[in-house]
Amino acid sequence: MPEIKVTPLGAGQDVGRSCILVSIGGKNIMLDCGMHMGFNDDRRFPDFSYITQNGRLTEFLDCVIISHFHLDHCGALPYMSEMVGYDGPIYMTHPTKAICPILLEDFRKITVDKKGETNFFTSQMIKDCMKKVVPLNLHQTVQVDEELEIKAYYAGHVLGAAMVQIKVGSESVVYTGDYNMTPDRHLGAAWIDKCRPDLLISESTYATTIRDSKRCRERDFLKKVHETVERGGKVLIPVFALGRAQELCILLETFWERMNLKAPIYFSTGMTEKANHYYKLFITWTNQKIRKTFVQRNMFEFKHIKPFDRSYADNPGPMVVFATPGMLHAGQSLQIFKKWAGNEKNMVIMPGYCVQGTIGHKILNGQRKLELEGRSTLEVKLQVEYMSFSAHADAKGIMQLIRMAEPRNMLLVHGEAVKMEFLKGKIEQEFSIDCYMPANGETTTVTTNPNVPVDISLNLLKREMSLGGTLPDPKKPRTMHGTLIMKENSLRLVSPEQAMKELGLSEHHLRFTCRVQLQDPHSDADTLHRIYMHLKSVLKGYTTQHLPDSMSVMVESIVVKVSSSTEDPNTKVLLLSWSYQDEELGSFLSTLLKKGLPSVLC
Amino acid sequence: MAAHLKKRVYEEYSKVIQIPPEEAPQKKLRLSKPSKSAALHIDLCKASGSTEALQYLLQFARKSVEADSVEGVIRILLEHYYKETDNSVRLKIVSLLGLLSKTKGFSPDCIVDDAINALTTEKSHQVLAQLMDTLLVIGSRLPDNLSVRQRLIEMACKHLADTYFGVRNKCLEVLGHLGTVDSPLSRDGEAHPSLSGLRDVQSVISDYFGDQEPRVRTAAIKAMLQLHERGMKINQIIYEQACRLLSDDYEQVRSAAVQMVWVLSQLYPESIVPIPSSNEEVRLVDDSFGKISHMVNDGSWMVRVQAAKTLGSMLQVSHYFLEQTLDKKLMSDLRRKRTAHERAKELYASGEFSSGRKWADDAPKERLDTNAVNLIASGACGAFVHGLEDEMYEVRIAAVEALSLLAQSSPSFAEKCLDFLVDMFNDEIEEVRLQSIHVLREISTNIILREDQLDTVLGGLGDKSRDIREALHELICYTNVSNKECVQLALLELLKNLNKYPTDRNSVWKCLKFLGSRHPTLVLPLVPELLSTHPYFDTPEPDMDDPAYIAVLVLVFNAAQACPTMSSLFSDHTFRHYTYLRDSLSHLVPALRLAGRGVDLVGSAAGPGSVESAQVFLQDSLNRTNTIHSLEAPGSQDLLDFTIRDLQRLGELQTELAGAADFCATYLRCQLLLMKALQEKFWNMAVPLCLKQNVMATAAARQILEETYKLEFVYSGLESRQVATVHHVRLQARALQLVLTARTRKGLEPLVSSCDKFLQEVDSFQRQFLTELPHFQESFVGKLLELMPRLSSCKTVELIKILQSTLRQSSMLPLTLPQQLHRATATIIEPTGESDNPLKFTTGLVVALDIDATLEHVQDPQSRVKVQVLYPDGQAHVITPKPGDFRKPGPDRHRLITQVYLSHSAWTDPGHVEVSLLLAYSSSTSSKPSWADNTDSLPPPEGAIEGTIPFSKSVKVLIMPKPARR
Repeated sequence: MPEIKVTPLGAGQDVGRSCILVSIGGKNIMLDCGMHMGFNDDRRFPDFSYITQNGRLTEFLDCVIISHFHLDHCGALPYMSEMVGYDGPIYMTHPTKAICPILLEDFRKITVDKKGETNFFTSQMIKDCMKKVVPLNLHQTVQVDEELEIKAYYAGHVLGAAMVQIKVGSESVVYTGDYNMTPDRHLGAAWIDKCRPDLLISESTYATTIRDSKRCRERDFLKKVHETVERGGKVLIPVFALGRAQELCILLETFWERMNLKAPIYFSTGMTEKANHYYKLFITWTNQKIRKTFVQRNMFEFKHIKPFDRSYADNPGPMVVFATPGMLHAGQSLQIFKKWAGNEKNMVIMPGYCVQGTIGHKILNGQRKLELEGRSTLEVKLQVEYMSFSAHADAKGIMQLIRMAEPRNMLLVHGEAVKMEFLKGKIEQEFSIDCYMPANGETTTVTTNPNVPVDISLNLLKREMSLGGTLPDPKKPRTMHGTLIMKENSLRLVSPEQAMKELGLSEHHLRFTCRVQLQDPHSDADTLHRIYMHLKSVLKGYTTQHLPDSMSVMVESIVVKVSSSTEDPNTKVLLLSWSYQDEELGSFLSTLLKKGLPSVLC
Repeated sequence: MAAHLKKRVYEEYSKVIQIPPEEAPQKKLRLSKPSKSAALHIDLCKASGSTEALQYLLQFARKSVEADSVEGVIRILLEHYYKETDNSVRLKIVSLLGLLSKTKGFSPDCIVDDAINALTTEKSHQVLAQLMDTLLVIGSRLPDNLSVRQRLIEMACKHLADTYFGVRNKCLEVLGHLGTVDSPLSRDGEAHPSLSGLRDVQSVISDYFGDQEPRVRTAAIKAMLQLHERGMKINQIIYEQACRLLSDDYEQVRSAAVQMVWVLSQLYPESIVPIPSSNEEVRLVDDSFGKISHMVNDGSWMVRVQAAKTLGSMLQVSHYFLEQTLDKKLMSDLRRKRTAHERAKELYASGEFSSGRKWADDAPKERLDTNAVNLIASGACGAFVHGLEDEMYEVRIAAVEALSLLAQSSPSFAEKCLDFLVDMFNDEIEEVRLQSIHVLREISTNIILREDQLDTVLGGLGDKSRDIREALHELICYTNVSNKECVQLALLELLKNLNKYPTDRNSVWKCLKFLGSRHPTLVLPLVPELLSTHPYFDTPEPDMDDPAYIAVLVLVFNAAQACPTMSSLFSDHTFRHYTYLRDSLSHLVPALRLAGRGVDLVGSAAGPGSVESAQVFLQDSLNRTNTIHSLEAPGSQDLLDFTIRDLQRLGELQTELAGAADFCATYLRCQLLLMKALQEKFWNMAVPLCLKQNVMATAAARQILEETYKLEFVYSGLESRQVATVHHVRLQARALQLVLTARTRKGLEPLVSSCDKFLQEVDSFQRQFLTELPHFQESFVGKLLELMPRLSSCKTVELIKILQSTLRQSSMLPLTLPQQLHRATATIIEPTGESDNPLKFTTGLVVALDIDATLEHVQDPQSRVKVQVLYPDGQAHVITPKPGDFRKPGPDRHRLITQVYLSHSAWTDPGHVEVSLLLAYSSSTSSKPSWADNTDSLPPPEGAIEGTIPFSKSVKVLIMPKPARR
């Protein structure tokens, strides 16, 4: 039985460092090549020595596919391709290809320039790595080699995120990457057709969560911002540069537009500006509203949102500022926070999760006095709000995707083991399919039952059709006779004659013969006639012929000959002969004749 | 008709030319009969190849063929069909046969045999499919011919076994359109010997639900639906099959299956179906509701729209299933979480307002049993929750509409879906927001909004879009709120809105009027605060012109209407302001019984009974004018003058009767003018002397004509009696003009044609208002009609004389009023005309001016309303707005929101252009088409068929075209 093997090098029962090896139909594919944010040592990159102890990876991998530009999905890419060594193709979508190097470069700067690490990839390596990238379009089938083909589907989550279908022959695997089943303000929902893959590898970040509707969250967010601005307060929204930031920008921008508000909105500059530029370009990857209205106005060309300057923070009057980073642990967002924290009219909105130890986490837990470096304390008077905007599918969404794709097996990655366990149980119960959740380095083997396509000769089909009705009726299976030829990796079903011709064999006929002794006082000819009459009366539906000149009776192709026994003229010897096709009828006749002829014949 | 004939003649002629003269004689014979068939035949014979033949056929298909020559053409086509070897040509011929069979007045039963014959011999599948199509056309043209129908059904059944999907499709379509339940069919015997026997159409069609080709499956379901549409009862057996098709791989099949399941659920709502994998049973309508709800999560958005729409019409579904559609069980890390909606509700219940919104405010509570969590919620679970969050706004709109329908039939469901609808007010697409506001208004009659919901609703008042704001105002008019804080909140937000968008003034006031009259007891405790009165101190008198203050007063006064104790809280200036507002904004401020106070009360005289009294007054005034002929000339003129004045004032006071009063006043003014014109002294003078004097009379005649057009076209609700009266006045005016012209000109010659036309007009009046004629016995026209035979033969001089005498003898016709009479009015809201900043633009380029106007009682505004821009140099431009610029916010009301483009050569200073709205009329619908092209003797406005009536106040806009910079 053919098998599909899956080995997660990262993201197996874990979040971060996504890297999954799949071997299918003799091809080896690496899905994502991410890094772990939590580690600063070797553990941050996947353990490529699993593939080969030393030397390059090129000969072991047929291709690498990157689902989207988040660093936990693409952060280890330059390390793998340039430092470990891989020269094969790397597939990613156009937006990912555009934005990925910006993030990698930023990441490199922080680790090398700020933290002073050595033995890290360089800018040049990022460039070299990106040269190996082959861009993908949505729903475009790309032939990696003659047998391996991949196809990208829309995944929501972030701009350019894709789910990938990998297909070798009739076996296929779908890898979802990160995806989102509910649309948001700038991206649509993930979608896949009923491709019925042998294996669906899905993320399961929110395996045990069912989220409330996004409308409530949005409404709350807008109301809070609006109220504060109307009071004349300032709003600080700490964000990470890409993804949610754009969604919130669109949300605020449209709200400002709708409500005709005048208070300024600022966006901290730098990397985000470059990224926004790409958002403007890849309109086709956004949601319905943005796609439809971009002819009049590109939604990412913000009217109300202007770049931020350090000096603006001291301006009087209301304003809204998006600043990086998202957890208030450093940088611009922290600086602004310090300035504004003392005024109770102001507000800070945390749009995402905050790691323990960060200021964000502290203030969210209600701490009102913060100790800063240098022994100074900061009194937090401003309002602190928490708003969760996350773009992963929740448990319902995952189930919905399974329903859309109808896979035969399921494999969960990118989530915590306990949560996966729950979802696994649910999947097995609801869909009655096998579900796996391998840990890092653990190999899961899925046996597949692929269809074997066979070419059938047209003549044979036509002959069969003429024999038994015109249309194939799906309710009634029909058997047909033919010869299966397996030759040079191809399977063909042909008629026996043709098969013999092709194979250069001559036809052999098989006949059964049988002698039956019969007590009959009549002459041979009369006996023959009596047999003829008898058979004719018994076998109504068959053609029975009497051939007196050759002293034989033919029933279909069965020949019955009569000769007198040399010893006893009353004992007649019947010679029956039939070909193997008529075996059934022949044996019936022999038993019939063995019983003797009835005495009265009409 | 004439033009058509001309064209026909021309066509025949061109046909003849096509034939070369050396054609064989017998062909000439054929040509001589006037038919197209011959030409076609020649063309087809001439065609050397199939492409050429196809060309001829294509050309032929573009022309129309009249009914009597259809048969000939069909014969020729069939003849060629049998000869033709090329499939595409045969296909085209067959499709032409189908087209021709549709010709009105042609009975296609003569070609049934040929078509069926062709069907049996045809080899090409495409042509076969087309033949079935043609047979379908023929069959549907002959609905009563049972034998033909039976034969067609047999043919369709026979070809159902075809290997080409197109043929099967068409066969199913034929069965769907022609099949009957009562006529059992024998299925094609050769293919399925075991199945041969009598079967009915439904089971034959349902066999193809499982066809391997998705298009055939779709066609099968469609055919079944067609049977249903034709009134046949679909068997319940197919329910299970239809449900299975809901999970088909192809969206078109799923979409059709949704419809099928819906039809069955409507046919057999109460029958019981088992739930697979359990022993339970449910009603069919509930089962199908659950299944269709499931389709709201489908992969294809077309199916999702279909499913969401369908849900709205399944009103018999039981309560339990219905409420499941709004169900969403949240969890976080396997712990049950309350939804934001639930939290809001609890907050409200506990009396605590505006939470601190702490981190982990939504912290999950109890731990969930893992087995109890159902992730793929079976059945209807959360269908609308998903539908309302869908990516495509089409789906969202469909879901909102469905919610509306379901909520209207079930009050408790309405209560539940409130939260969701309110959430939709924040949608990114304006259309969706608007739709959900409308829906909420429709279902809001028996629900009470909670404070947090109201808060969200009011949040929309800041919206930039006027439509949204106005829809919200409308919604607030119909809303019940729960406590006085809500009223205060609403007032506060409305005032904010007023401050931000001053143009919303009227709408906001109206809204507060209803808010006040709906919640008098809630307003009562707020009154001191609202009016900022103080028990001990006098507070400064607020500014009476402040729209916000007026808004507050409107709220208070309307509440006070139902709450008599409230007036004791008013301070003195409030009473003064009341009398002022009662007079100036009588439609917003009700009459109050303010007993014990010095002020007041006169207002109460115009109490609720005032409409009737006004009606009586109107009728009295009219009756008074009817006695006019008994009065002396100056007396009658005075009477008319006074009556007109009375009526105008009445119209201002009673808005309900404004249309009627105005109509009467205008009519009487016409009469007055006519009377004055006829009593001029110059009638007694000799013709040469009165050249100068009759200027006034001519002007009067012209004005009467103008007014009659207004009377006819500006008022809606006129009955033919009134129209006839108006036309009568117009005829009088025309006669007056004729007589006047006759007196000015030296000769009568140029008048001959005018006279003819006048007579024609009289004639058409007679024809048009035949039923009304008895009322006109004594009138001007009545008398003319009596003299009609003499008039048409007599000379012009004589005619003029008769006209003159009849005109002077004729008396005023009494006017009767119809039930409802409304005057078309328009108000330009924007531009306001208040701006001092000129619109600057460069000469030669255009500037767009936004126009926003409300139109009332205008029928068919798309074609009738125009915008006129009048430049200071007298240039007038008339602009026709696009049909899409008109919206219909209510009955008899339209909104025109459009842009007009202005341009002009350079000016040195800014100047005003005047923008106004015109109502275009076309009198071609009236009785005088023949008068149309007569422009020589009459001034242009009357002469033209089409005219315009200004029906709005003009607004001045300051513009400044600057010279272009070189």
